[in-house]
Amino acid sequence: MSDVISVSGLRKSFGRTVALDGLDLTVREGEVHGFLGPNGAGKSTTIRILLGLLRADGGTATVLGGDPWRDATELHRRLAYVPGDVVLWPSLSGGEVIDLLGRLRGGIDEDRRRRLVERFELDETKKGKAYSKGNRQKVALVAALASGVPLLVLDEPTAGLDPLMEEVFQSELTALKDDGRTVLLSSHILSEVERACDRVSIVRAGRIVDSGSLAELRHLTRSRVHAVLDAAPTLEEVSSWRGVHDVALDGTDLRCSVDAEHLGALVATLGNRGVSSLTCQPPTLEELFLARYQSEPADAPAAPQAPQEQPA
Amino acid sequence: MTAATAPTGQLASTISLGTRLAGFSHLLALAWRRDRILIPSSVLGLVVLAVGSAQATLALYPTDEAASTGLAGVLSNPSVLALYGPVAAHTADALAVFKTLMMGAFLTAVLGFVVVRRHTRTEEDEGRLELLGAGVVGRWSALAAAVTLATIAVVAASVLTGAGLAALGMDVTGSIAFAIAWMTAGLAMIGVSAVIVQLASTTRGAAGLGFGFLGAVFALRAVADSADPGTFVHALGWLSPLGWAGHVEAYGANHTWILLLGVLALVVGVAVALAVLDRRDLGAGVIPARSGPRRAGRLLAGPLSLVTTLARGTIIGWAVGMVLGGVVVGSLLGSVADMVSDPAIQDLLEKLGGTTGSIEDVYVATEIHFVAVAVAAAGIALVLRLVGSERSGLGEVVLSTPTSRARWFGAHVLLPILLTAALLALLGAVVGMVGPSASPRAPSFGAAVGATLAAVPAVWVMIGVAAALAGAAPRFAPFSWGVLLVTFMITEIGPLTKLPSWVMDLSPFTHLSSLPGGSFEVVSAAVLTLIALALMVGGYAAYNRRDVA
Repeated sequence: MSDVISVSGLRKSFGRTVALDGLDLTVREGEVHGFLGPNGAGKSTTIRILLGLLRADGGTATVLGGDPWRDATELHRRLAYVPGDVVLWPSLSGGEVIDLLGRLRGGIDEDRRRRLVERFELDETKKGKAYSKGNRQKVALVAALASGVPLLVLDEPTAGLDPLMEEVFQSELTALKDDGRTVLLSSHILSEVERACDRVSIVRAGRIVDSGSLAELRHLTRSRVHAVLDAAPTLEEVSSWRGVHDVALDGTDLRCSVDAEHLGALVATLGNRGVSSLTCQPPTLEELFLARYQSEPADAPAAPQAPQEQPA
Repeated sequence: MTAATAPTGQLASTISLGTRLAGFSHLLALAWRRDRILIPSSVLGLVVLAVGSAQATLALYPTDEAASTGLAGVLSNPSVLALYGPVAAHTADALAVFKTLMMGAFLTAVLGFVVVRRHTRTEEDEGRLELLGAGVVGRWSALAAAVTLATIAVVAASVLTGAGLAALGMDVTGSIAFAIAWMTAGLAMIGVSAVIVQLASTTRGAAGLGFGFLGAVFALRAVADSADPGTFVHALGWLSPLGWAGHVEAYGANHTWILLLGVLALVVGVAVALAVLDRRDLGAGVIPARSGPRRAGRLLAGPLSLVTTLARGTIIGWAVGMVLGGVVVGSLLGSVADMVSDPAIQDLLEKLGGTTGSIEDVYVATEIHFVAVAVAAAGIALVLRLVGSERSGLGEVVLSTPTSRARWFGAHVLLPILLTAALLALLGAVVGMVGPSASPRAPSFGAAVGATLAAVPAVWVMIGVAAALAGAAPRFAPFSWGVLLVTFMITEIGPLTKLPSWVMDLSPFTHLSSLPGGSFEVVSAAVLTLIALALMVGGYAAYNRRDVA
C-alpha cells in the first residue's frame, strides 16, 4: 500500500460554519507532505479528523489503511502528533511529559530521546507553565520524534522555534525521510516546506486548490522574465505575444511574466530580436502560495468566510 | 521626561495613583462583562437560600414561644453549634436564619474569593494579564478591579438578603445585622484573597490556599462555638472571619460594629497585596514555582496514573480535611451525651440525619450527610477535569496517543469513584477511633466505617450526573454544581420544612440507609449504584460518539 493518508470529499461543519467543503488529500508512503493554507482554511480540522478527534460529516478518510474514527486507538500506535498550539500540564516537568507520552505510545527509544533532548537543548526540569511557546513545542517535538512510529502529523511544529532550532528540526526531518517514514507537515514557513517537502497540498476555504510536487505546481504558474533587448519593442507588440502578462517596458528593458507553456516561445521570440541579457526565474513558493490564496476559487461564494480553525 | 538616574526597577513611591490605576475602569468593565452571569446567579442563589429557608421555618414556628419551647435545647447543643454556629436568641426570627447564617457567610466568602482569583491570579497564570499589562494599564489596576467587583458582589448578596428577610416581616435591625454578618465574612475574605493571589504563583495553588484558609477558619470557629462561652477556646472564635459572622448575633444582640472588623481586614489585606504587587514580577508569586524531575516516575504511565498524579494536591488536601473533620466529629461525641434526655434535639437531628437510634448515632449520621455532599463536590470537580483538559487542548494530546476514549473517560470517572469511597471510609475510621475515647456510647469503629461507606452510593450518583453531562454536553457540565446545590438544599432544608415527599425523593441523599443505628438498606443502595452506573455508561456512550476538541 503506497498511500498512507487518503482523503476524498471530506466535509465538516461546526454549526453554520463550513470548515471542510469536500477536501481531497493524498499522502504517499515515505514522503514529507506539505499542508499549506491560510489561517482558518481547515488544516487543523483536517488533522483532527485524521486523528479521530472529530467526526467527519461526509466523505472518506483512510489513515495507514484504517478508519481514523473507528480505529483511532489502533492507528495511534503507529503515528505521533504535535499540535499547533502545544499545551503542557502545568504541574508536570517537560521530562515527565516526554516520558508519559512515550509510554502512552507504548515505549520510547532511550538513545533517540537523549540525543533529541541534547540537540534541541531542552531543559527537562522546568514545569509546564514555565516554558516559553518554543520550548513547549520542543517538548512535544522530542516526544513525537523519539517514538519510532511510521507516520508523523506535525501541525505548524516550528512556529515558535528560533532559527537555530529550526535548522535542527530540518535535519531531523531529513533523517525521518531517509528512514522511510511519512510526515504530514502543516506549515506557514514556506522555506521550510520548500526545503523539506516532496509534495504539497494547498488548502483554501475547506478544499484543496492545488496538490502535487513543487515542480508540478511551478509548471502551472508563470515564470518571471527579465530581458534587455537590442532593439526596443512597443508595448502593444509585447502584449500581443501569447501567454505574456504583467508587462513593464522601459526602453529596451523588458520585465514580464509568462505562462509555463509559452516560456519556450517567448525565449525564441526574444532570441530572434537579439538579447543582451536574459534572466528567467521560476516562481518561488511564496508566489505559488500567494497566487492560490488570493485568487477566488471559481465556485466559492462571494464572501469567503474564515471557518474557524479551532472549533470552540 | 528626564534621563533615568535611578536603576530601572527601583521601587518608585512617587508614581501617581492615576498611573498605578490606569485602565482601572476598563478592567472593571471587562471583569463585569465576564461575570455577568456568575455574579447575579450566585447572588440570587444566596438570597433564595436565606430568604426561602427563613420563610419555610417561620411557617413552621411562627411565634417565639413555638420556637423557644421546642428547640431551646437543640440550639445549645455543641454539635449543632459546631455546624451551624451560635443562635443569637430563642426567637422565631433567630431560629429562621440559624441554619443559613453560617452556611451563607461561608458561601459569601467563597464568592468573594472566587471573583478575586478569577480576575487576578487566573488571568496572570493564563497569560492574559500580560496582554493587558502591555497596554496602558497600571500595575494595581487588575487587583483593584477584582477587589471592587468582588466587594460589589458581596455587598449585593448581603444587602439583598437582609432586605428580603426584612420583607418577610422579620425584625429590621436584625435583618441589617444579618446582612452585616455575611458582609463581614465576605469582605474579610476578599482582603485575604488579595494576599493569597500574590502568594501563590498558580491558579490551582491559589485555590488550595484559599479553600484551605476557609476550611481552617470554619474549623476554628466550629471548635470555638461548641465550647462554653467565657472559656479561652470560645474566645478563639474571634480569630476567624466566619466566627465574626456568628458574633454579630443577628436577631439577638445585633453587634453591627463587627462590620468594622471585616472592613479592616479588607483594607489591611489589600494594602499588603499592593505592597507585594509593587515588588514582584508579573507571573511570579511569593511562593515560587518549583522545577520538576528530569524523568517521569515509573508509575506515570497511563491515563489513570496521569489523572491521579495531577490530582495529588487535591487528594492530599481532602484526606487531611477528612482526618481533621473526623477528629472534630469524634471528640464532640462526648458533649452530645449531655443532651441525651431532651427528645426535641433527637427529633431535630433525626430529621436532619434521617436515622434513629442513640443520640450519638443520630449525630454521626447528620455529620456524615454533610460530609458526603462535600465529598461529592470533590468527585464532581475531578470528573469536570475531563472537560477542562478538552478545552485546554491536553485531551487532544492524550487522545492522539493509543489511549482510547474509553480509558481516558474511564480514568476521569474511576478516580473520583474510588477517591470518594476512600475519603468517606477515612472519615468513618477516624470517627470510629476518636469517638469511643470521647463517649462510651459512640459508634464502634466498624459501625462508623460502615455508616460512611453506606453514604457512598449517593455520592456516586452525583459523580454519575457530572459524568453524563461531561460526556454528552460538555458545555453544560458545570450544571453538575447546580444539581449538587439543589440536592444539598433539599436534604438540608427539606426535612424541616416538610417538602412534598416526591421532591425529597429527588435527592439521592434522601435514600441513604439510617446508619449508624439503623439497618443497611441493600435495595436502595443497589438502586442508587445502578443509577450512578447508568449515568456513567450513558455519558461514555455519548462521549465516544462526539467531537473532542
